[in-house]
Amino acid sequence: MGISLYEKVFNRHVVRKDNDTYLLYIDRHLVHEVTSPQAFEGLRLANREIWRKNSILAVPDHNVPTTDRTVEIEDPVSKIQVETLDKNCEEFNLLQFKMNDQRQGIVHVVGPEQGSTLPGMTIVCGDSHTSTHGAFGAIAMGIGTSEVEHVLATQCLIVNKFKTMRISVNGKLQFGVTAKDIALAAIGRIGTAGGTGHAIEFSGTSIESLSMEGRMTLCNMAIEAGSRVGLIGVDKKTIEYIKDKPLAPKGVLWEEAKKDWLNLVSDKDVIFDSEVEIDGNLIEPQVTWGTSPEMVSSITSKIPNPGDCKDKTLSSSYQIALKYMDLKPNTPINEISIDKVFIGSCTNSRIEDLRAAASIVGTKRIAKNIKLALVVPGSGLVKLQAESEGLDKVFKNAGFEWREPGCSMCLAMNADKLGPGERCASTSNRNFEGRQGQGGRTHLVSPQMAAAAAIYGKFVDIRELN
Amino acid sequence: MNPFNIHKGIVIPLDRANVDTDAIIPKQFLKSIKKTGFGVNLFDEWRYLDHGEPGQDNSIRKINPNFVLNMPRYKDGSILIARENFGCGSSREHAPWALLDFGIKVVIAPSFADIFYGNCFKNGILPITLDKIIMDQIFKKVEDKIGYEITVNLQKQKIYYDLEIVSFEVDSFKKSCLLDGLDDIGLTLKNKIDIKNFEKEYHESFPWLNSGENLK
Ligand code: SF4
Repeated sequence: MGISLYEKVFNRHVVRKDNDTYLLYIDRHLVHEVTSPQAFEGLRLANREIWRKNSILAVPDHNVPTTDRTVEIEDPVSKIQVETLDKNCEEFNLLQFKMNDQRQGIVHVVGPEQGSTLPGMTIVCGDSHTSTHGAFGAIAMGIGTSEVEHVLATQCLIVNKFKTMRISVNGKLQFGVTAKDIALAAIGRIGTAGGTGHAIEFSGTSIESLSMEGRMTLCNMAIEAGSRVGLIGVDKKTIEYIKDKPLAPKGVLWEEAKKDWLNLVSDKDVIFDSEVEIDGNLIEPQVTWGTSPEMVSSITSKIPNPGDCKDKTLSSSYQIALKYMDLKPNTPINEISIDKVFIGSCTNSRIEDLRAAASIVGTKRIAKNIKLALVVPGSGLVKLQAESEGLDKVFKNAGFEWREPGCSMCLAMNADKLGPGERCASTSNRNFEGRQGQGGRTHLVSPQMAAAAAIYGKFVDIRELN
Repeated sequence: MNPFNIHKGIVIPLDRANVDTDAIIPKQFLKSIKKTGFGVNLFDEWRYLDHGEPGQDNSIRKINPNFVLNMPRYKDGSILIARENFGCGSSREHAPWALLDFGIKVVIAPSFADIFYGNCFKNGILPITLDKIIMDQIFKKVEDKIGYEITVNLQKQKIYYDLEIVSFEVDSFKKSCLLDGLDDIGLTLKNKIDIKNFEKEYHESFPWLNSGENLK
């Protein structure tokens, strides 16, 4: 029997095995300002060294302002956290793209963009959306701060092997249906705990047709299906994306690497612990209506009625969610009007996302009822690229604000947030209560759907704009 | 980390599924660079009626009397019970830090999100997965009796409630770390030579993955 991609990569990294517990070697460690200070402090207190400095890439993203960076961070607590990362990177002599470095951005956008994410790697970061990097045929997973400290000190992680799940999506995606819609549709199907304890591999013709950006969007959302690891086999697109990236191997090493990487796919005869099949032809643009990513419908549907749920816990979750979201059962999704729009986050802030959103905006203007529409590129380099293509003008002319890169209103740790009761069309990944600001109401959508919502002031079926 | 073996305590019922780590400790409190002091802001948005910010005097804030943590009958509770998929969302270890700082030693739910589950063990909190039907029973008992207490024995992997006993599963390595309050970095570093040897061989086999010399 063959083995899966997850197991292939896993097996390469096993340092030791004791019963079901493995000591796994880690190739790349990404670090940001929120989950690392206590880990560095732990090292200092125990008088420990960093095992392999050249495995580390650090970048501040959660707290950074998206407005003028030449002035200091206004919030003193955010400022301390960003400065603490600076201090730690200086003291331990680590590579960091500081706040004003053009390469700064959201850690999961920056890593692949620099070629620091490579196939076959084990990649960790104190951030649950590390699953993003699995798009390159790597095992990438979010870890807690204790584990950040563990990896800093030992270059290893103590883990159990996950079970494997394959989500196959086959068929031609309709106009306006994106990786984000695949992700939301999959979560709607298996639920936010559906992938718990599993590494999810995405495969099938719909997945193959996605660009690397799209694949990253999909793997990014694996954690919203409960899975720490999402991954996709390597193909020509993967290799093409990595080629010539600053940290990618060059010359002879590149040739050798390429040969190895093309083997990083699941064997044909592998048996997964669980299988899910989705018809790619039938996926419609998705919109979440509740406070968990699994509370999702297609644009042509209505908000469900909690009274129709057989399960008591589910029915009460729906009720709590609808109350928080101030929505009535049976409301058609395309009648929900919104106050704010956020295009950004590690899910959807890459150049392809901005191009797609801009193509919907065209020469139109945002609707009168929209109080704020933000576009926050994922990195300084994405921002530059977008500007060189004139996308910033498209957005600005339409009434969007064009900001500096960072996490921004994905979790509202900086100044960008929703006010109580405000309703937002957001390209981020979590619609939890208060996620984008206390009392704020989040609807997760693709960049195209967010752009269209900005133009029409409510959710619309972008397939009709074709 | 403090060792954990037997714990007896009052049960606090949080009757919700999919409690995420954003709810356990909202983002504004993640700006702290310490591991302590998060307890007063545990479940901040549910527990208080006003908006909380770090560094604020929480004693003068308006509390939500309907939230379980504020109900006198659960005062001094140390065992939290909840519904499916507890601790989903962000990897923030601030979530177990906040629970611990508040005084929670055990969390029981039908299922947990993976990262949160692991983070608990690293901080001396025992997360226990129990069958939904037994959870329903315990929820009922907690509702019926003020100050309802149960006892958890990690060594024996058993929960004692009233005259009932129920067993639970726990990974043997995680269990031993928690029982002894072990620092697992120290434990891993005992394998220093293994790691060094592995690393050398690994980089010989996959030299392109070490081309990050151009990092630092
Ligand atoms: S963009 Fe959002 S989800 Fe992504 S790393 Fe930042 S805060 Fe986390």
